[in-house]
Amino acid sequence: METKEQNYEMALDTFLLAGKIMMESGAETYRVEDTMLRMARSQSIEDAQSYVTPTGIILSLGRRQITKITSISTRITDLHKIAKVNSVSRKLSSKIITLEEAYDELRKIQKTNYFLPVHLQILAAAIASSCFMVLFNGLWSDIPAAFVAGGVGYFVVIIIQDMTKVKFFSEFFASLVVGFIASLAVHFDLGSEMDKIIVGSVMPLVPGVLITNAVRDLMAGHFTAGIAKGTEAFLTAFAIGSGIAIVVAF
Amino acid sequence: MEIFLQLLFSFIFTACFGVIFNAPTKAIPYCGLVGSIGWIVYYVLMDYGVTTEVQSSFIGAFIVAIVAQVFARRFKMPMIIFNVSGIIPLVPGGIAYNTMRNIVELDYNLGIQNGMRAFMISGAIAMGLVFAEVIIQLVMRMFNKGKTSMQTYARAKRREKGGHL
Repeated sequence: METKEQNYEMALDTFLLAGKIMMESGAETYRVEDTMLRMARSQSIEDAQSYVTPTGIILSLGRRQITKITSISTRITDLHKIAKVNSVSRKLSSKIITLEEAYDELRKIQKTNYFLPVHLQILAAAIASSCFMVLFNGLWSDIPAAFVAGGVGYFVVIIIQDMTKVKFFSEFFASLVVGFIASLAVHFDLGSEMDKIIVGSVMPLVPGVLITNAVRDLMAGHFTAGIAKGTEAFLTAFAIGSGIAIVVAF
Repeated sequence: MEIFLQLLFSFIFTACFGVIFNAPTKAIPYCGLVGSIGWIVYYVLMDYGVTTEVQSSFIGAFIVAIVAQVFARRFKMPMIIFNVSGIIPLVPGGIAYNTMRNIVELDYNLGIQNGMRAFMISGAIAMGLVFAEVIIQLVMRMFNKGKTSMQTYARAKRREKGGHL
């Protein structure tokens, strides 16, 4: 009896950890729920119930079993972690690894930083911003300006996010800097279409993922999650918009 | 020539977003492929004036989700990895920016108009993704009846692998 109870506790911790990592990495709500319940079923815990929102997860293993809550405070987009957790869940479901091994692997995934080096991310943001010029009928001569503005904008987001931990603040400042660089470039004749340069450079910050995830959650019936994510997307868009607005207004 | 240029740059554009969203390294080129296929569909439809921007976005997102699903099954990764960066070229960032700019310049009429456009387009993208996903699920269920749960799927896969070895 004792071992069985311990086993349940271990199982609950494992499922909850998987859900927490996925939610923090920006997975869709229904995927998180699906993964946790699927893992539970694979351990022959049939009547597990979960309640997933972007700010916390409640998971219960059944009528007479324990229930636990975990809170989620940060949400970023980290597709690598989602893929890792997914593969652990697949392995557990098809009985390739045991519950203990799965828990250890999940702990390792939670602690590891899978992000590529920062300078590579900044380079990617800069290249993406300059590609935007070609895709949206911009001028080829605006590409260097967009390259610089996009790279610096993303750099500012990373730095200020690290310092303040307030997402709104970092996005606001990044778009402010982007707008400033774009207007400087136009002023010194290094670029000509300020609008297109700004749009291209803020693309890495735009909450496109959040918006689509929000609508998909709404369609899957997760109204709490959908509204919460939609609000987060709106706040982000508002931060970017007001940062740009300050530059445009002067 | 123009289409080739668009293909190339949308590939780079999407792959860069794959890096920013930290997709697994081996999936990044395929993220780029998904994005460029979706974008080229959108671009051709818009260029020849076949459909309006909302309809083109819907069809583009639909194609993105189908290609993403194919890659997701092939690499056994969640589908979100491929479609999150794939839809980025379709996201109406420019229109959203114009909305904000109009509102700051106190041109509320144009602002509302642009805001509605952005809202409709992003709604169409999300609809396209969900529609494709649901249709694929229905088709898959028709093809392999009884093999609905991932567990049986994995078990069958393992048996298959064992058979080959």
